[in-house]
Amino acid sequence: MKAYLTRRYLFSASHRLHTDAMPEDWNRATYGKCNNPYGHGHNYQVEVTVSGAVDRGTGMVCNLVDLDGFVRAEILERFGHQNLNTLPEFRDLVPTTENLCIRIYEILQRGFHHAHLEKVRMEETMMNSFAYAGGKDLRD
Amino acid sequence: MVYLTRKAEFAASHYYHNPEFTPEQNRALFGKCNNPNGHGHNYTLEVTVKGSVDPTSGFVVDLKQLKDVMNREVLDAMDHRFLNKEVPEFLHQIPTTENIAIAIWQRLAPKLKAAQLHRVRVYETPDLFVDFYGEA
Repeated sequence: MKAYLTRRYLFSASHRLHTDAMPEDWNRATYGKCNNPYGHGHNYQVEVTVSGAVDRGTGMVCNLVDLDGFVRAEILERFGHQNLNTLPEFRDLVPTTENLCIRIYEILQRGFHHAHLEKVRMEETMMNSFAYAGGKDLRD
Repeated sequence: MVYLTRKAEFAASHYYHNPEFTPEQNRALFGKCNNPNGHGHNYTLEVTVKGSVDPTSGFVVDLKQLKDVMNREVLDAMDHRFLNKEVPEFLHQIPTTENIAIAIWQRLAPKLKAAQLHRVRVYETPDLFVDFYGEA
């Protein structure tokens, strides 16, 4: 029996939406107050969905201890209470939540092998959310 | 095709233990979820059905009927119960959120007539949920 398990995590970080490739007025027009020079912060919610056959011995798709441990070490420690613009991955990439969502998906895809990664969904605020499934269409 | 979701809540206790494993293996694998007297959660259940909208009633499914089936098949059996001891599916199967979602699907699917069951989602806490779509 195949089931899908979703776990939600929280971290806080700041960012500024700005690209040096474009002039100041383009940045201001495109990003609005998100372009304010010193950045601003969000409480990001990350939902990680993994899937797989439910193991007959454990009743689990994957052990949450493994998923929590990986996410804590590789994602929450990396992004929590950071200014995203200062991190190497965003040196040449605007730290929109779209790009952050893709980056987090890639970290999981590369390093977490206890279950199949389905998707990463992120809420930047209660009013907006983003999801990435490695380029695949989402089921719902 | 329209999708309709109905939500319900139930409170239950459980613990994780596989009698085929040693006590040390159970403790290592399941941690504090292995505490023998159990612990509880407020579970939230979301049942999603799909179907075409009936031109006369405007319904995908009669919500009252769906509610009655959910109450009879799931809540009456699981609400305020110790799942390991009081729910037949879990006498010989660990009541993880995965297995609870599968058991609820198997209870509901044969009882729904007008609409087709699409998804069973079970939240163990607001930060952890399992989806089951009836896939083998």
